[in-house]
Amino acid sequence: MGAMESTIKEVCKRYGNSRARLMDMVRDVQEQLGHVPRESFALIAREANTHRVEVESVVSFYAFLTDKKQGRVVLRLCDDIIDRFKGGGEVGAALCKALGIGFGETTPDGGITLDKTPCIGMSDQAPAMMVNDTVVTNLSPEAVPALVEALRRNPDPQALVTEFGDGNNADPLVQAMVNSNIREAGPVILANYRKEGGLRKALTQTPDEVIEDIKISGLRGRGGAGFLTGLKWELTRQSPGTEKYVLCNADEGEPGTFKDRVLLTERADLVLEGMTVAAYAIGAETGIIYLRGEYAYLRRFLEEKLNRRREARLLGNTILGREGFNFDIRIQMGAGAYVCGEETSLISSCEGTRGDPTDRTPFPVVKGYMVSPTAVNNVETYCCAARIMDMGPGWFASIGTARSAGTKLLSLCGDCERPGIYEVPFGTPLGEVLKRAGAEDVACVCVGGPSGQMVGPAQFGMGISYEELSTGGSVMVFSSQRDILEVAGAFMEFFVEESCGYCVPCRVGNVLLRSRLERVRNGEGTKGDLDYLRRLGESVKFSSRCGLGQTSPNPILSTLKHFRPVYNALVKDGGGTVNKSFHIMKAVEQASAIAGRRSEIFHA
Amino acid sequence: MSKPRVATTSLAGCFGCHMSLLDIDDRILQLIDLVEFDRSPVDDIKHISQRCAIGLVEGGCCNEENVHVLEEFRANCDVLISFGDCATMGGIPAMRNNIPLEECIDEAYRSGPTVYNPQGIVPDDPEIPLLLDKVYPAHEVVKIDYCLPGCPPSADTLWAALTALLSGQPIELPYELLKYD
Repeated sequence: MGAMESTIKEVCKRYGNSRARLMDMVRDVQEQLGHVPRESFALIAREANTHRVEVESVVSFYAFLTDKKQGRVVLRLCDDIIDRFKGGGEVGAALCKALGIGFGETTPDGGITLDKTPCIGMSDQAPAMMVNDTVVTNLSPEAVPALVEALRRNPDPQALVTEFGDGNNADPLVQAMVNSNIREAGPVILANYRKEGGLRKALTQTPDEVIEDIKISGLRGRGGAGFLTGLKWELTRQSPGTEKYVLCNADEGEPGTFKDRVLLTERADLVLEGMTVAAYAIGAETGIIYLRGEYAYLRRFLEEKLNRRREARLLGNTILGREGFNFDIRIQMGAGAYVCGEETSLISSCEGTRGDPTDRTPFPVVKGYMVSPTAVNNVETYCCAARIMDMGPGWFASIGTARSAGTKLLSLCGDCERPGIYEVPFGTPLGEVLKRAGAEDVACVCVGGPSGQMVGPAQFGMGISYEELSTGGSVMVFSSQRDILEVAGAFMEFFVEESCGYCVPCRVGNVLLRSRLERVRNGEGTKGDLDYLRRLGESVKFSSRCGLGQTSPNPILSTLKHFRPVYNALVKDGGGTVNKSFHIMKAVEQASAIAGRRSEIFHA
Repeated sequence: MSKPRVATTSLAGCFGCHMSLLDIDDRILQLIDLVEFDRSPVDDIKHISQRCAIGLVEGGCCNEENVHVLEEFRANCDVLISFGDCATMGGIPAMRNNIPLEECIDEAYRSGPTVYNPQGIVPDDPEIPLLLDKVYPAHEVVKIDYCLPGCPPSADTLWAALTALLSGQPIELPYELLKYD
């Protein structure tokens, strides 16, 4: 038996040879072999009782999985717009120079691979990159040569971390240079709280009473969509099925968002407590935290938290002495796919397949993970639920606005003095938040990430809430020095890259939107192009299958609405009957070179 | 009052759309009562002789001559219509757009399975217009006022569109004229 074969057998056995754990198997194989060789697909498939194509589709779907040989060290520079504005481009150039390779390449000695990746959730300490699973923040082009030299001497990325970040980032199991940057704590999530107070209180009530409390509190999903949490739990509880599941969506992929990273670092127990409350309310015995691949550095820390809770009888059988209440949580690692933050994709990924979204109905509350009733909630939502149980639904409902109860964690980044985490009551005007973060000279704010809205000063009086400016947490600030349409263009690029490709409106529509926006930005557009962008954007939104395509035109649609003068300045219809984006000399250039003569018609 | 003039041309198309235009059958007699044909393959006039009310363009642009003709149409027609899938979307000719031009030429003149060309000569008379890097639908090159889809658009579709335009009525294209199964 070859070395590869024995490795694969061992890895697959670790996960009970279950095809539903294919993600974990493939990840582990890659960890041990450096990549997932094509020759291994059939072996893995045999061990996992599935088909070769299933293995191949998983490996090809996720950005962090590859069938190509990589260096021992893989550098993934964050290519988010915030990082670019903070000098990420220069850092990238410096990396290329120091390594002598381009992006997507490996050094000739097979030591280091250089790559780019979308937002890694470090926008408040940009530019940043991942060195294998280790995060390196606040990069500068000047620091790059020494960094590369250090990696050449010692390929252990952890050796790059000389100073630990604040709070639990210094925990022996984290040891990251990442900072939590909690700027303002609010009463619900970041305040001091009674540990396990919510869980203990919940256990004095019946599950139906717990759900009733959550409903009364008015808690809505913190991921952005704002579905009523109590209703979701009730539907999950009522749906027929013997097995029920509680899933925690920690696939914080929306560029500019990093509040879940901070919650998992600083409030991990509160998250787990909230999940346990949900399990009790719903009647679930299994929970899964879907942790994005970018946050792999938090995994050991979270595993340890789970172990401690098991020891303290806060997880496992007969939780807190409650007969019949059994619940445990496992961590499912993601592997670099934005779309997996969409709940049906997340479920697909947990089941060990490509992170493709699936059709609704049935909704996950009826048929979710393993075709069983499943409640998928955001990290922050679980924190709120635990606090509601402890402090009472009335207390929670009294904070915020009538339709948006409680507080919201905002991750502020971009052109402001104090980027970081702000916990604010719902209804707080955007302008107020900007003031507190020391953001002056603001031309544009992207609220809710690329899938949210880009707004201007006229909207700064609006409140952060589901009814006005809705956000899953991302607030990106852009000063008047920034090109707003460059931002929109970067967001469209991101969506083109992250579309799963299943449905045409999203796969094709986003490419068309991106290139037409590019044309306008180049000054080659007409007023007709603006109309085209609006109509196509609406079509993509209307006809896409999942949340990705239903929101991806937003950077264009919201800038068309709020920054129309910027577009108008770029399109000047000078009675133009000839399309300015068509360049005849460029179009005949190749044929001219092949034929070795100039254009007879157009060469002046 | 003189009759409105109509010009038509076939660029990177197969003339199928023009055949479809002829498929209006005896209605062509009504049409010539309504309009005067200027430059068109139908009457073999080589250049637009005076300002036209309507230009009909079949096919997209695959070479510089197509661009030249299209620009002449745009400059001389009040309303320019691209008709058929090649004109509106590039159509079959645009299938080459994912293949480098050099490879296309090589396949056509040197290494295609039915090619006999021992000296490997690629026709290169200055009379032969240079190919474009890819095939462009008409609206990528000049402003197009209306697009009529179909491969080809049926005679009834063309008739409905032309008569509506000539009579100043709103165009009505029922589902039957725009479905292709």
